[in-house]
Amino acid sequence: MLLETASLTKRFGGVVAVNGVDLAVPEGQVFGLIGPNGAGKTTLINLISGHFRADGGAIRFANADVTRLPPHRLAKRGIARTFQAIRLFKGLTVLENVLVGRYVRSRPDVLASLVPFRDGGAAERAMARALLQRFGLGGRERALAGELSYGDQRRLEIARALAAEPRLLILDEPAAGMNPTESAALRVMLRELAAEGLTIILIEHDVRLVMGASERVAVLNFGRKIAEGTPTEIQADPAVREAYLGTADDG
Amino acid sequence: MDQIYNAIFIGSIYALFALGFTLVFSVLDILNLAHPALFTLGAFTALFAMQQGVPAGLAVLVAFVVCGVAGVILDRVAFAPLRRRNAPPLSAMISSIGVSLILIRLIQLKYGPDLQAYPAGSLPADVFTVAGLQLDTLRTVIIALAVGLMAALTFLVRRTRLGRELRALAENPRAARLLGIDVDRAIAATFFLSAGLGGVAGALYGFATNSPFSQMGLNFELKAFAVMVVGGMGSIPGAVLGAYLLSFGEVASLTFLPSELRDAFAFGLLFVVLVVRPSGILGQRAVDRV
Amino acid sequence: MDDLRAFFDAYQTTIGFIGINAILALSVWVTLYTGQLTLGNAAFMGIAAYTSALLTLKAQVPFPLALLCGSLLAGAISVPLGATVFRLRGVYLAIATLAFGEVVRVVILATPITGRGQGLVGIPPKTELWHIFASLLVIAYVCARLRISSVGRAWAAIREDEVAAASQGIPVHRYKLAAFVIGALIAGWAGGIAAHFNFAIQPDEYGFARAVQILVFAIVGGVPNVLGPILGAALLTALPAALQPLQEFRDILQGAILVLVIVYLPRGLSTVFDLRRSARLRRVGAQDVA
Repeated sequence: MLLETASLTKRFGGVVAVNGVDLAVPEGQVFGLIGPNGAGKTTLINLISGHFRADGGAIRFANADVTRLPPHRLAKRGIARTFQAIRLFKGLTVLENVLVGRYVRSRPDVLASLVPFRDGGAAERAMARALLQRFGLGGRERALAGELSYGDQRRLEIARALAAEPRLLILDEPAAGMNPTESAALRVMLRELAAEGLTIILIEHDVRLVMGASERVAVLNFGRKIAEGTPTEIQADPAVREAYLGTADDG
Repeated sequence: MDQIYNAIFIGSIYALFALGFTLVFSVLDILNLAHPALFTLGAFTALFAMQQGVPAGLAVLVAFVVCGVAGVILDRVAFAPLRRRNAPPLSAMISSIGVSLILIRLIQLKYGPDLQAYPAGSLPADVFTVAGLQLDTLRTVIIALAVGLMAALTFLVRRTRLGRELRALAENPRAARLLGIDVDRAIAATFFLSAGLGGVAGALYGFATNSPFSQMGLNFELKAFAVMVVGGMGSIPGAVLGAYLLSFGEVASLTFLPSELRDAFAFGLLFVVLVVRPSGILGQRAVDRV
Repeated sequence: MDDLRAFFDAYQTTIGFIGINAILALSVWVTLYTGQLTLGNAAFMGIAAYTSALLTLKAQVPFPLALLCGSLLAGAISVPLGATVFRLRGVYLAIATLAFGEVVRVVILATPITGRGQGLVGIPPKTELWHIFASLLVIAYVCARLRISSVGRAWAAIREDEVAAASQGIPVHRYKLAAFVIGALIAGWAGGIAAHFNFAIQPDEYGFARAVQILVFAIVGGVPNVLGPILGAALLTALPAALQPLQEFRDILQGAILVLVIVYLPRGLSTVFDLRRSARLRRVGAQDVA
């Protein structure tokens, strides 16, 4: 298992947003995470990426306890993520965004940067450009990130996360705001990345995307994991049907 | 006893000054660094009025109105254009520094940089005794007036329609507009009240020391930061509490600190509160989370 | 050539102060570029000015060594200070660093060896114009190269979005602290140079007014690049000298420039040839100060 959580718990005031969740994410797979609005999905990944600190339970990543590590340490260990409300560096260019994403893989160049006329970043830029090509952003590298269309911003955020060559990529609703064609292309892309050995946790409202892209799916409701299995098993699970049909939200 | 009386007096001035500062901060998130200049303007407006033969009480009213109007103009010139383009609060703060420079210099052009004095005999100078305590009429009236103004402002914000509008605006400007609140009018009222109170504080402090000068606001500005942070930024009762806490603390500190270190008390207190409890005693939150 | 020499002799002081102020403006640039508003650099300047002046005056320490000691002491003090105050953001951070500055001022006032309120006089006039401009050149070069290195990119990322920056593996707290310490070292260097250029120093030179002035240089010139702060310092230092006959209106002009720049050219004068980019940045809602 690349990532394991054991009875992970997070409270906000009196509300238990994540309640004793056990997850086991195998390496090289796409792991879907679904659930109605407010089920605790985003809180769960904020715990995994270190943005929230757990009130109870433990997180293991690559055979090490990472429960109390801050986000930048987790990034260094190979966890990259995107955000539900896109968080690009809006005032930086598309290329600069990817270069920042490259941070954990680039050698510190403080002293080297002081040498006149030296440009140590050529290799990094070439790498970043290749990544942008792959995400169909090749022609936009000098645009400001904030100027991109919504779908392009989502793709740029994924490209930025991949620039760190992570072992685990967490995607928080990557298809939100994408049209069906873009969403289908994203599914193909996720399968490709998994085939290259990347592990992906996919949170998504677009159930077709999750079912089509994931090997395993876990379902959260009211902060608890109510089901886990292959997409076929999940679709047949009565508890999952209850959770989705029992709420007004069709998710 | 004399020390306590003194602490109450100076605390009242701190409070009056900090209230105007706090009002703008709580409603608009702007740290208006021109507030000390308005304080100074208040002292000199009263001086000007009294040189024309206006009695002291009326001169305070004149200072209130003149500074209030100046505050509204300040907003139109230095803040409104920034608001329209959604500039960060920092921009407004810097812009207010510019206005402050201009205002102070204009006062200096008229009155010079030195200490001034109010016309002889225009301020009450008599002293009376209550329970063996010597009080002077001037400072007692000033304390009463300051406390009355604090109460009036609290009533206004808590109980009136304008107060409700201001609170809505502070909470969420966009929602306030949707609720049909005349946002421009509410902002103008905020600045009028804030600057007016600052002006009155300046006039009263000028009376008490009888030596207004063009830089008199500077020390108050730094003290007001301490007052606001200690009480909780943007909290009106917090500002009043912080003001008296500071003035009593300063007076008390004089018994064990040399007088040069008197100001260190305020900044030491400010620093400690920021580090230990940045939201202040009555404040909400100062440190953001994810 | 003789004309040039005559010009230099006549304006030597002003030219020197242009350079010193440019260095100071760069000291605050580092933190502004990281998106943090700190107002402690006047105090760091003061700490280093007193340290280096006391070393050359009372201990006959060689000038370069004294400069270095002053700068390093400022840097050393900035480490624990930064570690404490960078839990704060926005105006709270600004106020906390300002409070620190006042504490430093009061401590200088209370320490006998500093000459207290009288200040230090008779500091050996070791600073030559070329010292100032060689320092400026080196510091500007280092800042410019850092800006385009991975460090500068990390600073820019922190300014744009701290949460996202941490997610990319950037140790946000450490980078902010680094910017703060670099700023303190630069301000300290400027303080030592200024003390030996001026022959005399006083605690009031390093107070609130100076802190604001340094900020104004950087903001008026513009924070997006390294030339901005230098330009701002040069303009706002040279202008008053050039306008000697209009000296009374100097502050008014400076205040007006400040308001106009913030309102109409929020990214500073140095971006005047870059208006399209400014407009694009505004459209995407990026911070417009830096």
